[in-house]
Amino acid sequence: MEFKRVVVTGLGALTPIGNTVPEYWNSLINGVSGAAFIKSFDVEKFKTKFACEVKGFDAEGFLGRKEARKLDPFVQYALFSTEEAVKDAGLDFEKLDTSRIGVIWGSGIGGLKTFLDEVVNFAKGDGTPKFNPFFIPKMIADIAPGHISIKYGLRGPNFTTVSACASSNNSLIDAFNYLRLGKANMFITGGSEAIINEAGIGGFNAMHALSTRNDDPATASRPFDLDRDGFVAGEGAGTIILEELGHALKRGAKIYAEMVGGGMSADAYHMTAPHPDGLGASLVMKAALEDAGLTPADIDYVNVHGTSTPIGDPQEVKAITDAFGDRVYDINISSTKSMTGHLLGAAGAVEAIASILAIQNDIIPPTINHFTDDPAFDPRINFTFNKAQKRVVNVAQSNGFGFGGHNASVIFKKYQQ
Amino acid sequence: MSDIASRVKAIIVEKLGVDESEVTPEASFTNDLGADSLDTVELIMEFEKEFNVAIPDDQAETIGTVGQAVAYLEKNVKA
Repeated sequence: MEFKRVVVTGLGALTPIGNTVPEYWNSLINGVSGAAFIKSFDVEKFKTKFACEVKGFDAEGFLGRKEARKLDPFVQYALFSTEEAVKDAGLDFEKLDTSRIGVIWGSGIGGLKTFLDEVVNFAKGDGTPKFNPFFIPKMIADIAPGHISIKYGLRGPNFTTVSACASSNNSLIDAFNYLRLGKANMFITGGSEAIINEAGIGGFNAMHALSTRNDDPATASRPFDLDRDGFVAGEGAGTIILEELGHALKRGAKIYAEMVGGGMSADAYHMTAPHPDGLGASLVMKAALEDAGLTPADIDYVNVHGTSTPIGDPQEVKAITDAFGDRVYDINISSTKSMTGHLLGAAGAVEAIASILAIQNDIIPPTINHFTDDPAFDPRINFTFNKAQKRVVNVAQSNGFGFGGHNASVIFKKYQQ
Repeated sequence: MSDIASRVKAIIVEKLGVDESEVTPEASFTNDLGADSLDTVELIMEFEKEFNVAIPDDQAETIGTVGQAVAYLEKNVKA
């Protein structure tokens, strides 16, 4: 059977460096850092006192007080970025077959804030289980696509993919596959995460995963720099409308790019540490290329996972070098996490958007905060340090790796008839 | 309005996001004030917390309007 083609027809983003796609892109190409001291809780006793928070998001203004109260921030963010994407794609659901439109969403954790608040409340009591009836439905990771479907009346396939920091790459790949197989006409896909609270920062601090550069938060996320010391927590949401090409053409949709491949693999090595030789990461990039029917020579840009941790960055460079061979010296690599921080389950979505916009604008967003070369990395590799670079981008690949050893990589291409 | 009635009203306005003028004694939580089954459970829990009283499930099921809530609480809350 012949696969159908799948195109991107709408984008939405709520990020630490912009609450809409145009603001996000503008910050990306201008090298803006989203990191600052945490405002949402008292950080005095925390090892890390900063993060990349979403700024100026008014949940009650957007949703109304009653609705906002019932939704964890990760769902509020999902609905916000999705509203932008739906408008951007020019969708009028009354004119479309909504039984053929699905929602596949990614979230690494789900409603951590809700879980924290409810359990703290229980612990303060006398042991009587007085849990709020919204506790479970506010918290569960699948509730975001549920709410998106309810808001727009979408009755196609609907679920959440959970693979930590690879979650929304997995949601993109699942949606892509269902569309290729002709199982639906359109998917609202992407991911959201909201873990900047006491449990999220305290939990990742306990793992020594976060940067503790409290004297200079704005430069703390410095992927591939010699002095990188951990990732910077981020939050937000990214929405991508994927559509079967024929359906998109018929309704005269604007087409950003074509999605041409997705790869998935596992490290099978350790709970949190990446495979030291980047075995899973190399496999996933090769799998995505094979799925797309492309070779390394076709790739212009790789938006890497690049979280700015001491052990994560080198294994990814090894993996790219293994997967790309000499082509690694000709491509542009960048980690936009240097600006957004690490959005965990939403990282794949917002980085796919960065990759799609790189294709559309022929600009590579930079890896900012580069001060000192790490001698471990081959200086011939172009990490797009500190300044955006102009370059014709026909094909871009975006990687996501998650705790548990999950790897997922997606490939987008300039749309041609 | 009794003290209990005004506190009940404040909880309903807060939790259901409705206007004070809609919270009449006859108003039904589900039919008039837009509550679903989870909202109703939450309201009962809020009444229990506010008035330091335990409302058994079989009693909670008989509380469907603002007036019924006020009457139940006026009868069962120790002054």
